Amino acid sequence: MSKNTVSDRFRRVDVDEYDENKFVDEEDGGENQLGPDEAEVDSLIRQGNLMEALHAVLKNPPINTKNQNVKDRAEGLVLKVLSSFKSGDIEKGVQSLDKNGVDLLMKYIYKGFERPSENSSAVLLQWHEKALSAGGVGCIVRVLTARKTV
Amino acid sequence: MAYHSFLLEPISCHAWNKDRTQIALCPNNHDVHIYKKDGTKWTKIHELKEHNGQVTGIDWAPESNRIVTCGADRNAYVWTQKEGVWKPTLVILRINRAARCVKWSPRENKFAVGSGSRLISICYFEQENDWWVCKHIKKPIRSTILSLDWHPNNVLLAAGSCDFKCRVFSAYIKEVEEKPGPTPWGSKMPFGEMLFESGGSGGGWVHSVCFSHSGNRLAWTSHDSTVAVAEGGKTCSVSSLSSETLPLLCVTFITENSIVAAGHDCYPVLFVYDSAKGSVAFGGKLDVPKQAAQKGISARERFQNLDRRASATQTSDQDLTTLHKNSISQISVLDGGRSNCAKFCTTGMDGGMVIWDVKTLESAMKDLKIV
Repeated sequence: MSKNTVSDRFRRVDVDEYDENKFVDEEDGGENQLGPDEAEVDSLIRQGNLMEALHAVLKNPPINTKNQNVKDRAEGLVLKVLSSFKSGDIEKGVQSLDKNGVDLLMKYIYKGFERPSENSSAVLLQWHEKALSAGGVGCIVRVLTARKTV
Repeated sequence: MAYHSFLLEPISCHAWNKDRTQIALCPNNHDVHIYKKDGTKWTKIHELKEHNGQVTGIDWAPESNRIVTCGADRNAYVWTQKEGVWKPTLVILRINRAARCVKWSPRENKFAVGSGSRLISICYFEQENDWWVCKHIKKPIRSTILSLDWHPNNVLLAAGSCDFKCRVFSAYIKEVEEKPGPTPWGSKMPFGEMLFESGGSGGGWVHSVCFSHSGNRLAWTSHDSTVAVAEGGKTCSVSSLSSETLPLLCVTFITENSIVAAGHDCYPVLFVYDSAKGSVAFGGKLDVPKQAAQKGISARERFQNLDRRASATQTSDQDLTTLHKNSISQISVLDGGRSNCAKFCTTGMDGGMVIWDVKTLESAMKDLKIV
């Protein structure tokens, strides 16, 4: 009996994995999602066409993919576009988006809050204010309840 | 719009009798209290004490005058009134988690109970044994059933669940009824058959489901602040609207095209369904706007407000100008049925009940059209 009580490996077993009633999310094929096109977005920023850059970066969101790198790259790209907007143009940028676009933008904003870098939070807060007035609290609720997010 | 405050605690659930003179409600404990309308006051006339856990669902059958209650103690009781006293009959649901919601079928010969055991219990009375028996619908439910609603044909049952899906099942019990005719939702309806499931992954917990009067449309609200309507037919079309409000907890049809829903925002909201366009649109906020008293603010108050609230104005957005002061958890149609509702009632977590008059609302809010 003393041999059995020595090892405590049993404490590291994840019992939830063996629960036959465990809820498993449906698998949506996310392998092909590559996120927004980096080249396209970069060229639009350089041209100064920020509205188009915003629309381009919100295309192909890597929602279903399991690849964390793709998600990080997409988030970085979105942050770049959001930071290059002038404060006065943010509202116009948000108005140009449709309902789904505002929801997606809010998802990226909260993702950006999770890992703040220099000055990113200030920019994101300005975008958050405008997106909130466009999408309402329902938009934020959808960010919180989304099972698969960017 | 009459607001009556019953308690300081949330009203867990409520049900009206046939002529709307009595309301049975659970004051957030193990009992059911029945109140009778006395002019403008409400007096408590009965206390139904039998449950050992919080009563989570009450339904009052209008024709047979029976009340069914279900609770967190995994039991359901059918109450019948004999000589003015309500007597309970236990119904064994064979569930090992709390019951969450209960509904009589339109013909009142069976009722359905949704529970945390990831199944729906359909209970009917067996004459030979003088006993209520139940059958289970299990597949493919994967989480707690939060809400139920019967189709007018007494066979189909809509269930909203915590596994983010709204489904329509057949609850056909051959012992108590004949085979139902075909409906837009399907023609083969053996017991437990799933005829419809809302698609897509994710979304939110489905808090409330409601069939329209004809049974051809099904509306549900979800925790991701969406409201959706499905129309039965060869191609089951689903239209949904992402609303800007907080999640809605209860929904009902008031005409074939208009839906009223209410939830954590403490006021009922109107939605209009356009089947030609296949879209759900926001119809308007249904609440009596409070007339804010406009009085001058002194300079001192202005600075005080600036200091405390970062805004110089007196009223802040945080003040609730709605009738209900807390989330609305249940809505029920009082008059006119779901095809031409004239009055509906809401109860909430503020312990209050409001009876809303549709004609008054229509005239009070301009641009509000109930189609």
